[in-house]
Amino acid sequence: MSAITTLTRRPRGRIGDRLLHAYTWLIIVWLSSPIAVMILFGFNDKKSKSNTSWQGFTLRWYQELFDISDLTTALKNSLTVAVASTIVTVVIGTMLGLALGRHRFRGRGVTNFLVFAAISTPELVMGASLLSLFVSANLPRDAVTIIIAHVLFSLSFVTVTVRARVITLDPSLEEAARDLGATGWGTFRQVTLPAVMPGVLAGAMLAFALSIDDYVVTSFVNGSTITFPLWIIGSVKTGIPPQVNVMGTLIFGIGVLIAIANAVAARRSSRST
Amino acid sequence: MKRLTPYLLALPSWMWLAVFLVVPMAAMASVSLQTGNAIDGFAMTFSFSNYTDALGRYSTQLVRSLWYGGLATVAMLVIGYPVAYWIAFKGGSRKSVYLFLLLLPFFVSFVLRTISWGFLLADDGVVFGTLKGWGLLPADFHVLATTVAVVGGLTYNFLPFMILPIYVALERVDPRVVEAAYDLYASRMAAFRRVVLPLSLPGVFAGVLMTFVPATADPVNAQVLGGTGNTMIGNIIQTEYLVNLNYPTASALSFTLMAVLLVGIFIYARALGTENVLEAAAR
Repeated sequence: MSAITTLTRRPRGRIGDRLLHAYTWLIIVWLSSPIAVMILFGFNDKKSKSNTSWQGFTLRWYQELFDISDLTTALKNSLTVAVASTIVTVVIGTMLGLALGRHRFRGRGVTNFLVFAAISTPELVMGASLLSLFVSANLPRDAVTIIIAHVLFSLSFVTVTVRARVITLDPSLEEAARDLGATGWGTFRQVTLPAVMPGVLAGAMLAFALSIDDYVVTSFVNGSTITFPLWIIGSVKTGIPPQVNVMGTLIFGIGVLIAIANAVAARRSSRST
Repeated sequence: MKRLTPYLLALPSWMWLAVFLVVPMAAMASVSLQTGNAIDGFAMTFSFSNYTDALGRYSTQLVRSLWYGGLATVAMLVIGYPVAYWIAFKGGSRKSVYLFLLLLPFFVSFVLRTISWGFLLADDGVVFGTLKGWGLLPADFHVLATTVAVVGGLTYNFLPFMILPIYVALERVDPRVVEAAYDLYASRMAAFRRVVLPLSLPGVFAGVLMTFVPATADPVNAQVLGGTGNTMIGNIIQTEYLVNLNYPTASALSFTLMAVLLVGIFIYARALGTENVLEAAAR
């Protein structure tokens, strides 16, 4: 084998690979540079109104993190909406994922189409159509309508994630449980649910991240309730206070830590089996 | 009972999708044909002229959005493909680390990311301000409030959605197929053009779909990075709905945007064809 490979003509192109390697890092740096700016200017000891040039290091904004009451309220609203919509989405999305992954039933094709349609509808159109409904139905807009909208755009992602996990499950596990005398509910709780749990957790994290980040859909259905992204957009003209940078930095840090912990846990469990 | 299980499992989601996805589309279709104003209320008059009026007033912004979305998508493809290629073929054991680094921006809010990016591009900001200070750029040089800033912002924000599907497609390419091409005396370029590229087309197809639609309909980049001459259809729809309370025009515009995007996707799918793509992959 090795004799044959040395005989055949094999273009090398080491320089090309090195260039591509450097290029990949360049793109990573480009994508990350706004994050670096965000973190850095959360430490900026700014004197003037605008936070655009570096004027020295301070931890002041971390101490005064919750001093802007509107901003704090907005962050609280975002967290409330994210938690509530994630819980609803995970429950009904997991149920639908199980139905689509495990069962054949009438309306399965239509359901799959609706799940796809919800993913591919532009956010703008989704927000606009929801507002049309709420206006037509004379429904006041508040945190509840935001939660309704967030469940809608997260639902498909949770469903798809759970369905993908369910499809890879070996049905004989559930059959074995039933042969050993487990009831339908017992089988679900002790066999099916633990097995699909990684998919459910991944879906929950995705739903939470989508919700806390959303601006476009929320801007249509919020009424007078302000969320974190809405508050930021609203203060672009007057200048973003450094507290926003600090909150962004903390959310970023927590998100990255959870992602790393998740990856480490996944690696450990795959090693132990 | 057992036969009912899937229906019971699907029921809550069905209701959610029916009431909050299907019905709102119908409501929007209905509103788009009504006339009236926010104070006296709107009444159904089947005025299809709402569409022609809306298009007459805002065709510039609609065409501009498609143009910006298209430009950004091409930029993402050109910028992203080599990255996906290198990670898939040369990333080795650190592939997931590179992917994680590419996804890092997603841990920061979309809005905040765009603002930070605008901050980097500011006329007297850390980049251009410094270059101007060194006399490397003329004092009146600016990028913010130009087409470059908006298309650049769209490219920046959606790039990972282009890289990931292409990476997934390239990752599936059997290295032995590429080896075989070399064994048959293909040059590096020929092996790429005749073997790797066709095999990656399904990923390119998915990547273009995942970036073109959100980029075209995005209001945030034009609002934060653009000037008055860069208004996109998303900004118009937001203003008409939320500021002017002109629901019929706004609904007509939303529907037109969706129709244009759907037709665009359809033509694109026929031209590059999912079947053709699969055929290319099988070849």
